[in-house]
Amino acid sequence: MIIPRVPIQHRRLLPDRRLSGPTPWVIAILMMLTLLAAAAGIGLARSANAIGDAIAGRVTVQIVTPNPVTRAEQALALRRAAATEPYVRAARAVEPAELLATLGQWFGGENGDDPVLKSLPLPALVDVDFVGGERARQLEQLRALVAEIAPGARIIPHAEWLGPVARLIRSLAWVAGALVVLMVLASAAVVIMTARAALGTHYATIEMLHLIGATDRQIARLFQRRIAIDTAYGIALGTAVAAAILLLIGWQWARVTAGLAATASLGATGWALLLALPLLAIALAALTARQTLLAALKKIL
Amino acid sequence: MVEFDSVGLRYGPDAEILSDISFNLQPGSFYFLTGPSGAGKTSLLKMLYLAQRPSRGIVRLFGEDLVSMPRHRLPGFRRRIGVVFQDFRLIPHLSARDNIALPLRIAGVSEEDLAGPVGEMLSWIGLSERAEARPATLSGGEQQRVAIARAVIARPQLLVADEPTGNVDPDMAMRLLGLFEALNRLGTTVVVATHDIHLISRIDNAQMMRLEKGRLADPTGALRYPPNRA
Repeated sequence: MIIPRVPIQHRRLLPDRRLSGPTPWVIAILMMLTLLAAAAGIGLARSANAIGDAIAGRVTVQIVTPNPVTRAEQALALRRAAATEPYVRAARAVEPAELLATLGQWFGGENGDDPVLKSLPLPALVDVDFVGGERARQLEQLRALVAEIAPGARIIPHAEWLGPVARLIRSLAWVAGALVVLMVLASAAVVIMTARAALGTHYATIEMLHLIGATDRQIARLFQRRIAIDTAYGIALGTAVAAAILLLIGWQWARVTAGLAATASLGATGWALLLALPLLAIALAALTARQTLLAALKKIL
Repeated sequence: MVEFDSVGLRYGPDAEILSDISFNLQPGSFYFLTGPSGAGKTSLLKMLYLAQRPSRGIVRLFGEDLVSMPRHRLPGFRRRIGVVFQDFRLIPHLSARDNIALPLRIAGVSEEDLAGPVGEMLSWIGLSERAEARPATLSGGEQQRVAIARAVIARPQLLVADEPTGNVDPDMAMRLLGLFEALNRLGTTVVVATHDIHLISRIDNAQMMRLEKGRLADPTGALRYPPNRA
């Protein structure tokens, strides 16, 4: 049981005032930081996974044939041919309007109607998604197909340029995970110090209880209950503040739809994990307090 | 009941404060432990109520060797011993009633079952009206009475008292001694450490144990080899 049952008459063996002083506040701060770090870690990990999934099996074929008509025909032919290949999950020709709109963000033309932009010899692009399997062989087969339909076209695997970004995001997720572990250890240290301080403060009472026949477990349960309740207050407060911050960030994040930011979300599993963390923290605090108390009591005859 | 054989006690690397203590306490007997200040009375009592293990020798209590006894078995033995401390050691944030009830609660007696004995004990020590008072608001004599009530409430087999009448008036001292005697008649072995010579003469058949400079005086060997009681 996380918070042990202690008869009300036994609870009075400890004074009414909270024995741990600043402990609930320190635990609240640590819990809030733990949850924020965990949320960041989960979001980054999901983002890295999403990017990884997206880029792992995708290539873009860039057709640079000078004649625009031929270029368009080659793009269409390649899309159709690729779509029938067993190793291709999907093939999509990037519409010239889409390309112009993307480039327009840098050239200044809102609808791709900038004269300079219009004069540029833009390549035709075909995005190809592979099915799962041996990537190198699939790439070799596509290369042969491209050489046949659009000689001189370039094949650009997305992993080449987005891979480092995904790795960076994954590294940040690991850092966030390490922060969570460190803060859990710091919380355990706070509980250990609280338990030891409580034993020191109430040494005379503990000695008396021992001498009239109280067992270590009876004494430990008293303190364990009090420390678990103090810690639970701190964890509840920290969780409430962290939840408010995460909901605010989530509300703002929902408006971000562009680029990599759109891939970062917590998902149902992430929220469930975040909700489980406070309960795990209370259990860990109670267990840490119990072990600390029993170890300290063993030193007293 | 209690057997000490060549027991010695030292704290740290210092010289022994108790040396070669040997005695055999008979069940249902009454003993006074006397001796000058610093003779080692409190240290001897500490070993009797299991707050201290000896540095050497053999201590047997209720037929079991306590020197090598694992720690987790000690609480069971302590529940059979009542202790009256010189400095009372009442728990300051508990009322007189709760202090007296403590040994019964620790032993797992239900609230319904302990209400009667605790009320009777409060009445006997004359503190029924002050049952809810905290120790800090009680006089020294009242605190001592509460401490004694706490020691005897669970009907211990062995009662150890360190200067139990030091803070009470002569009338109350006699009443408390009467309580010890009554418990003794019911079979409790009583060991009372005291400087009060008059007190010793009040109990018939009480035996005296005298400590001097950490050694027990036993010129006739009666403490070590007591005659069998008929």
